[in-house]
Amino acid sequence: MRDVAIIGVGQTSVGEHWDRSLRDLAVEAIASARQDAGVDRVDVLFVGNMLSGELAGQENLATCVADAAGLLPIEALKIEAACASGGAALRAAFLTVASGAHDFALAVGVEKMTDILTDGVTSSLALAADADYEAAHGLTFAALNALLMRRYMHEHRARHEDFAPFSVNAHRNAAVNPRAMYRQPITVADFVRSPVVADPINILDSAGICDGAAALLVCPATEARRARRAPVRITGSACATDTLGLAERRDPLLWQAVADSSRLACEQARLKPKDMDLFEPHDAFTIVSVLTLEASGFADRGSALKLAAEGRLAREGDIPICTLGGLKGRGHPVGASGAYQLVETVLQLRGEAGPAQVKGASIGMAQSVGGSGSVAVTHILQV
Amino acid sequence: MELPRFHRLRGPFYRLEGNACAACSLRFFPPRPVCPACRGNGLPSFAFSGRGTLYSWSRVLQPARGYASMAPYLVGMVRLEEGPLVSAQLADADGVDLTIGMPVEMVTRRLRDADEHGYIVYGYKFRPLLRETRKQP
Repeated sequence: MRDVAIIGVGQTSVGEHWDRSLRDLAVEAIASARQDAGVDRVDVLFVGNMLSGELAGQENLATCVADAAGLLPIEALKIEAACASGGAALRAAFLTVASGAHDFALAVGVEKMTDILTDGVTSSLALAADADYEAAHGLTFAALNALLMRRYMHEHRARHEDFAPFSVNAHRNAAVNPRAMYRQPITVADFVRSPVVADPINILDSAGICDGAAALLVCPATEARRARRAPVRITGSACATDTLGLAERRDPLLWQAVADSSRLACEQARLKPKDMDLFEPHDAFTIVSVLTLEASGFADRGSALKLAAEGRLAREGDIPICTLGGLKGRGHPVGASGAYQLVETVLQLRGEAGPAQVKGASIGMAQSVGGSGSVAVTHILQV
Repeated sequence: MELPRFHRLRGPFYRLEGNACAACSLRFFPPRPVCPACRGNGLPSFAFSGRGTLYSWSRVLQPARGYASMAPYLVGMVRLEEGPLVSAQLADADGVDLTIGMPVEMVTRRLRDADEHGYIVYGYKFRPLLRETRKQP
């Protein structure tokens, strides 16, 4: 296996892009990543996307994007792993370059969600759940996470407002990210007053519906000197799976796929969670931040809320998370979110995160989760 | 309209039929094509009693398409007497003070709004066992 480096990144702003299509967004992110690298060559394209068929009426998406971006006739494939699709697209690019099959691989995560009304998006997101034993019974994604949250509160004697610091931190960080969707800071009082979606989960527990695309260009580390930018090495890349249905786990509060992908990525990089200068978790709901911090080894079981309460997850803390807003503050264009997390981690490691910069960051972890913890993709990046 | 799909699901949906692996003493709901422990297949069917306790619950205010007439509705995860957890809607729980650990039992109800063809999907839900009914044999 060859060492692999990220040599260019690009992203669109995240928001409600009424005048822009799925392909417009993907093309912008791709052009921006290629320009950032200053390298023209692209041998293969992986498009991370979850719902283009449902929400944009478009499958055969990789061909669509390759065509629109002027990349024909290269190999192009769609990578789908529910909300982890963006992370999975980079993993595909990593594998293809590491194996020697291709040299310059482009991964783009893209999602266009705002053409459809909320009930349609809610139904579409539930496609990541078990169709027969979850979605058919009216369990939405918020509902599945609400079941986890109430159980967590029961087992660990937590209150709903104990989860507030996660959303407060995400909005605080998003406020200094010009590409983020929700740039207004929020308070604990705002969090407590927020309307309920599926109790105990409320709007401010939940990442918002939006549009966006983010792209990364990777190549063998030995070729990285051809790029304008200092390379960021991919030193860990791992994917793991768990039962599709949440109820089929021995312990639904133990997210084993997350634990496995984190452990494998750490082993590859010969690092431990405590070595990370920042962590981009899949904070689609506050309870997901809690469960992934615990499963990934950043916190003992039942102790992630304490980390948040003590301010250790803030930019100045010892485990900064959601440094450019996370899914909650930046926005969660589902199949693109994993790519945003990775682009943001690259910016942090290159020292280009502006006012959101984590001082001296040289090692970062980005983790995407699909379904209710049923698939997890973890990357470790280093400069 | 997905008639064949719900016809296929009639065992689990109407009778809470899962399956069991005799070699591993494991019972599964929903039924599994392959035992995750021993990889054995062709597992015999096993009908669950429908009795269990509430593991967690939520009231859904933002429903998916096809559930609007039921909203807000209750969902839960139930720990069946025989071991497995199952996710389902809760029924007959209006005004009931739901608590984790309370006993529940399976009932058969309409699962979602009728579709444009008028086709109705029935299946299991769980309802709280109140103190009076618990005393019954």
